[in-house]
Amino acid sequence: MAGLPVGDAGDRDDVGHLGGAGDVDGVPVGSVARPASTAEVADVLRAAAADGLAVVPCGRGTKLTWGRPPERADVLVDLSAMDRVVEHAAGDLVLVAEAGAPVASVAEVIAGAGQRLAVDEIVPGSTVGGTVATAAAGPLRLLAGGVRDLLIGVTVVRADGTVARAGGKVVKNVAGYDLGKLLTGSYGTLAVLTEVVFRLHPVPAARRFLRVASDDPAALAALAAAVRRSPVVASALEIDLPGEGPGSLTVLLEGTADGVAGRVSVAAELLPGAELTDSPPPPWAALPWDPAARGDDRATGLKVTCRLSGLAELLYAARAAPVAVRLRGSAGVGVLLGAIPAGTEPAPAAAAVAGLRATAGRLGGSLVVLDAPAAVKAAVDVWGPVPGLDLMRRVKRQFDPDGRLSPGRFAGGI
Amino acid sequence: MDPAVTAAIAAALPARAVVTDPARLRTYESDGLTHYRATPGLVVLPETTDQVAAVVRVCAEHRVPFVARGSGTGLSGGALPRADGVLVVLSRMRAIRAVRPEDQRADVEPGVINLDVTRAAAPHGHYYAPDPSSQLVCSIGGNVAENSGGAHCLKYGFTTNHVLSLELVTADGEVVTLGTDAPDAPGYDLVGAVVGSEGTLGVVTAATVRLVRSPEAVRTVLAGFRTTDDAGAATSAIIAAGVVPAAVEMMDALAVEAAEAAVQCRYPDGAGAVLVVEVDGPAAEVAAEFAAVERLCREHGAFEVRVASDPAERALIWRGRKSAFAAVGRISPDYLVQDGVIPRTALPEVLRDIAELSRESGVRVANVFHAGDGNLHPLVLFDDSVPGAAAAAERVSGAILDLCVARGGSITGEHGVGVDKAAYLPRMFTDADLDTMQLVRCAFDPAGLANPGKVFPTPRLCGEAPGPRRGVHPLQAAGLGEVF
Repeated sequence: MAGLPVGDAGDRDDVGHLGGAGDVDGVPVGSVARPASTAEVADVLRAAAADGLAVVPCGRGTKLTWGRPPERADVLVDLSAMDRVVEHAAGDLVLVAEAGAPVASVAEVIAGAGQRLAVDEIVPGSTVGGTVATAAAGPLRLLAGGVRDLLIGVTVVRADGTVARAGGKVVKNVAGYDLGKLLTGSYGTLAVLTEVVFRLHPVPAARRFLRVASDDPAALAALAAAVRRSPVVASALEIDLPGEGPGSLTVLLEGTADGVAGRVSVAAELLPGAELTDSPPPPWAALPWDPAARGDDRATGLKVTCRLSGLAELLYAARAAPVAVRLRGSAGVGVLLGAIPAGTEPAPAAAAVAGLRATAGRLGGSLVVLDAPAAVKAAVDVWGPVPGLDLMRRVKRQFDPDGRLSPGRFAGGI
Repeated sequence: MDPAVTAAIAAALPARAVVTDPARLRTYESDGLTHYRATPGLVVLPETTDQVAAVVRVCAEHRVPFVARGSGTGLSGGALPRADGVLVVLSRMRAIRAVRPEDQRADVEPGVINLDVTRAAAPHGHYYAPDPSSQLVCSIGGNVAENSGGAHCLKYGFTTNHVLSLELVTADGEVVTLGTDAPDAPGYDLVGAVVGSEGTLGVVTAATVRLVRSPEAVRTVLAGFRTTDDAGAATSAIIAAGVVPAAVEMMDALAVEAAEAAVQCRYPDGAGAVLVVEVDGPAAEVAAEFAAVERLCREHGAFEVRVASDPAERALIWRGRKSAFAAVGRISPDYLVQDGVIPRTALPEVLRDIAELSRESGVRVANVFHAGDGNLHPLVLFDDSVPGAAAAAERVSGAILDLCVARGGSITGEHGVGVDKAAYLPRMFTDADLDTMQLVRCAFDPAGLANPGKVFPTPRLCGEAPGPRRGVHPLQAAGLGEVF
């Protein structure tokens, strides 16, 4: 791959954020490319295609171990040099950024205009591209939807180096297929994202948090349902239930100063004894596990979903698991993150995953193991049953016929 | 139609579900865009998912194209039949299988009318948010195919933001469920791929949609402005103030004239433009936001601001807007409607450019649009009995789309590409972009039988990837595709 911005993983200081080990979840990286533009990404992918090399794209590497380890990682395409905000059309509430732009720096740019990207940075240091690739969203998804709902345009490089765009820079747009949806949560297995376009939201003038604690999972779920049924329209409705001890429900109300004041009084009646704050009560928008832990120090991190009426049953199942699972996430949407403590033996971890997955499935949802120590990943079905898997395999074969993009990382061995 | 196909389909469906009579076939010759017509080779009206699957299997076996159709209200010719194909009309699959307020979900069949979902959910304090102007008659299946929007999508999003799960009959006649009741189903977001794919990836036979809690308060204001520039500036000011209205709609003088003639909506006299702004949500919030909207309208030159004081007045304000397309028939024998999108901030300039195009060409253009999200619906008026008038209108219509694309916008915001705008798609996207989109098509429907000729101006030959290739194509190796 002469003439390209490629080096050995071992002798580059600038890939230190990837863990320093020169590997992707234990799989050795052959070389690292650090392209600075979409055209350079295309050059890298063409060269990799010519040599039949497996390519793993990454941003700052904060979620690079999510999913299954890739079968091969011949070339790591590190997009952290593509970190520019390309355009902030403030009047149109639209942002164009390179995939490697950190979520935090994007937030800083648009904050000056009183705007925000309504995706919480649930993993510190994340890039916008990595956030899209893993569909990593936080509490504000109740208000604004998930990453898929905020992404309005993409530029990608295909496995053969073809550069393609879909969507655009306007929110309302049905021209052509919506490839952004397909790329969201595709974990680098369909194409390399190089540029993303998001719709933005105004930062509300006022916000208040109401937090209640309870030992009883059913009580917390009932309170969440009461808030959903009420007219207060919460921006976020977060539940946090540790493996043992009291859990909490936090409601975020946002809007005009007068409006929020009025809604707080309505919500406070639903949530007797609620603690009222102006700033987010910890651990707001944080994963229930330590995302900085590496290797065998990792907890087993889960994404668990259910239909809204199934929340209490899911919470009970988490407590009843062979090892207690901490659940935290959006009680208003039905998407939670779960953690099995680091150091848990693979067998009980696998049993907990299987049991909770069965419950989630019965409740109209699913369970995916996002991250885990190698031994746990080996002991569990990371992705679980996937509706429409055959069609997914066909999509993969079209986009990446040689199976070279993050091979094996995704559902069904994709 | 090949008699073998008709016979195979007739064997699988009840007699009442198969239409072969030429006169009845002709009643399906167009959708809402009536200047494209084709008499379908065969029409079927299946009543169950199994029947749809049986029809598609026959089509797949005989390599006969099929086109799905809901209520036939689409405005891009997306449900234009094929003379050599089967039209699958889903209007008999109209059961609301479940309304589950505790889950904020409804499970519906594709023929269910949009507004009927809201009617079923309303007693439980919920509604279905996407509200195309045709919501009294359009079907959920059609909404899913087109990713329909509506006046309130500014705040609440489009169909794609409200569909959790789909039952899909694939192009080879298999029934698959995509997505789950909860968001973030594992694997690729195939629901997101299918919504808005205009019937080219299969036939949707059921959908699980999100229900939204009915807002505690709704306030609607009608503001008259001297010029569209003023109305556009008011719109930008409202958005800049951080207000997210449920809807911001604009009509220019010609559109207002048409609406007055049709439905006597009593819009302000002498207005060069009117804005309809609606704010909804918690009562305390709505009061604060509404005060801001009213003030900003006045500050930007509104000479009359009328606040709907009851549901009847609100309905009257909306009647003018929602009847605008049909109303144009009062002032012109024929018209074309466009659906371009521009960045909202470009609104005043683009409206001036459209006015200039109209002056130069002598073709009248009435503007009705979703100002909040920059989605224009210019109605290009003409009289088809005047030689050359239709062609002149087509030219103006195309030039308007060019204006939208030049400003970084889109050729369609909610009507879809269909057959009408397929030729314009390359103005927005490169060959590589379109080729990449069609990879999805090739994955779902390698034989290209699902609604062929729509969306893409040039079909991709599936299984034949561009560029050098080593060995046998994996699709062929897997027996999933072939080169033809």
